[in-house]
Amino acid sequence: MSVSKTLFDKIWDAHVVKQKEGYPDVLFIDRHFIHEVTSPQAFDGLRKRNIPVFRPQRTTATADHNVPTKDQHLPIREALSRHQVEKLRANCAEFGIELYDLGHPYQGIVHIIGPELGLTLPGMTIVCGDSHTSTHGAFGTIAFGIGTSEVEQVLATQCILQYRPKTMRIEVNGTLQKGVVAKDIILYIISKISASGATGYFVEYAGSAIENLSMEARMTICNMSIEMGARGGLIAPDDTTFNYIRGRRFAPQGEELNRLINKWKQLKSDAGASYDKVLRFEASDIAPMITYGTNPGMGIRITDRIPTPDELNALSEKSSFVKSLQYMGLEPGTTLLGKKVDYVFIGSCTNARIEDLRMVARVVKGKKKAPDVEVWVVPGSKQVEKQAREEGLDRIFEEAGFELRGPGCSACLGMNEDKIPAGKYCISTSNRNFEGRQGPGARTFLASPLSAAAAAITGRITDVREFLE
Amino acid sequence: MKEKFLKLVSTAVPLPVENIDTDQIIPARFLKATIREGFGENLFRDWRFDEQGNPKPGFVLNNPKYSGRILVAGKNFGCGSSREHAAWALYDYGFRAILSSFFADIFRNNALNNALLPVQVSDDFLQRIFRIVEQDPSSKITIDLENQQVVLPDGTSSSFDINPYKKVCLMNGYDDIDYLLSLRDEIAAFEKSLTES
Ligand code: SF4
Repeated sequence: MSVSKTLFDKIWDAHVVKQKEGYPDVLFIDRHFIHEVTSPQAFDGLRKRNIPVFRPQRTTATADHNVPTKDQHLPIREALSRHQVEKLRANCAEFGIELYDLGHPYQGIVHIIGPELGLTLPGMTIVCGDSHTSTHGAFGTIAFGIGTSEVEQVLATQCILQYRPKTMRIEVNGTLQKGVVAKDIILYIISKISASGATGYFVEYAGSAIENLSMEARMTICNMSIEMGARGGLIAPDDTTFNYIRGRRFAPQGEELNRLINKWKQLKSDAGASYDKVLRFEASDIAPMITYGTNPGMGIRITDRIPTPDELNALSEKSSFVKSLQYMGLEPGTTLLGKKVDYVFIGSCTNARIEDLRMVARVVKGKKKAPDVEVWVVPGSKQVEKQAREEGLDRIFEEAGFELRGPGCSACLGMNEDKIPAGKYCISTSNRNFEGRQGPGARTFLASPLSAAAAAITGRITDVREFLE
Repeated sequence: MKEKFLKLVSTAVPLPVENIDTDQIIPARFLKATIREGFGENLFRDWRFDEQGNPKPGFVLNNPKYSGRILVAGKNFGCGSSREHAAWALYDYGFRAILSSFFADIFRNNALNNALLPVQVSDDFLQRIFRIVEQDPSSKITIDLENQQVVLPDGTSSSFDINPYKKVCLMNGYDDIDYLLSLRDEIAAFEKSLTES
């Protein structure tokens, strides 16, 4: 009798090289992505041991975290950032790894370019020294972030030592309300289960509301799995997935692709497969969401009030809650609607794909931004940028007074030149609202591209549904 | 070879804040170095120093009352970014163990890969440690890896879990890569079977 397996179990079991009592599993990694920040010390490790990269063709590199988003053809101004990108260049050349460097037509945020180039395929195991590697789970892969020591392990052996995590199934059923998009779904889920609610688990998203999402929307959901503590999140591949993959630059083609699609159709959880935990949500309960605090779990419906300390469940969270509101300069019990914002950031591996940019363009077409906000639109990759220009989105943005920049992580993290100044409020389509995440002292409201677009027009936190009559 | 971890007896630094993410432990703008050392200087940078680089007197690392090789922190320590630099910064600063009631997954792995021991205890026991350390900063806490015990100066103790494989690695200073490298032939054979299926 065969045992019912979850999708996660099927992929994991197919990649275990060795299992030994008391030891973690040795897991084979199909695809490895690297970027400039978390890889240099790993290459140094190889050099010290005097060993090559075991399977260089399974690793792909890009420069994204530390790159400027203006004047990308010029040398990087900041010396340390430039040094880090140069180091990546030298390491990739020395060890024979394909690099999509600054200026290359395929350069972009690592989690945007993998899927868009057809490097991310169903059933794979994928790792990268970056926690948002969970994005690739949208294709039905086991994809998760690792540390630099683990990057070195993968470079040296194409394997990693891992303990099998617990599994969680999160179902979202029903139909989404108008103005509610993937970002709202995931912010809603995290607000319900907290920033640590899925620690130790690997999540499978399912249910009709998830199945009806496009590939890009599914990536937005899986991207933020880490923000509730999960190692990763995945979604069973279906026709939406297969259609997305067809014709991508490095994806299999023709007969080979058809053969694989037949195989990939088996990649779903068996009826009766058991999970360590199952959660269910109704799509109709979800509204446009926004965060008010300094972790992604601190989110509310845009029309709701910020809670008061008395309304919090866990007593232990109270001190963090108070600290968080102080940092944000907000009062408990108040509403965010109408709150003035200084910056609007549309970008990051959560929401910088072409559909996100189209969503923004739909709201702002023929309108102008509020005079005292600065609006940055940062495409996730060179290819997204190119497509946006081909579709004329650049002109819509320009007329609205938005700045369309070159691809990179940009203001998602305060590392490159794009930072939000101390004390300023930014409504951001990225994934983290931690203290200082967008720059020292910066204050972040996480929201969907639709809500960010609405705020750009009014200069205030706005219920986007007013714009969507 | 890494430093071996056997038994640690030390005073502790209390940081009773939950959900301390790795962006707080080491902000992104300090991740530009391409070596592993030197991150301790910027550990908890924005909590520790003001914009001019002056120490903020209210932050515990600037309080001369507290020192030691153990950091005691609120639950869900190390969430957020996967940056191993967080573990390097804590180690470089001088910490050898973190006590909390909950650790984020990636941080836990990163710490274990860098001879920094994450010790998970119950919420109640954690609160007890905070009380003891805050009442008497010279209190010494013992972390005994071999017997998997945390012992407080009043004699109370709590056991903690650690994976047996990781325990052997820490106690002997081994790292994962030596083990994986010994499997390279098996890995190559596995890869072959994978591409043929
Ligand atoms: S866009 Fe932000 S979250 Fe995504 S990889 Fe870059 S820094 Fe990380």
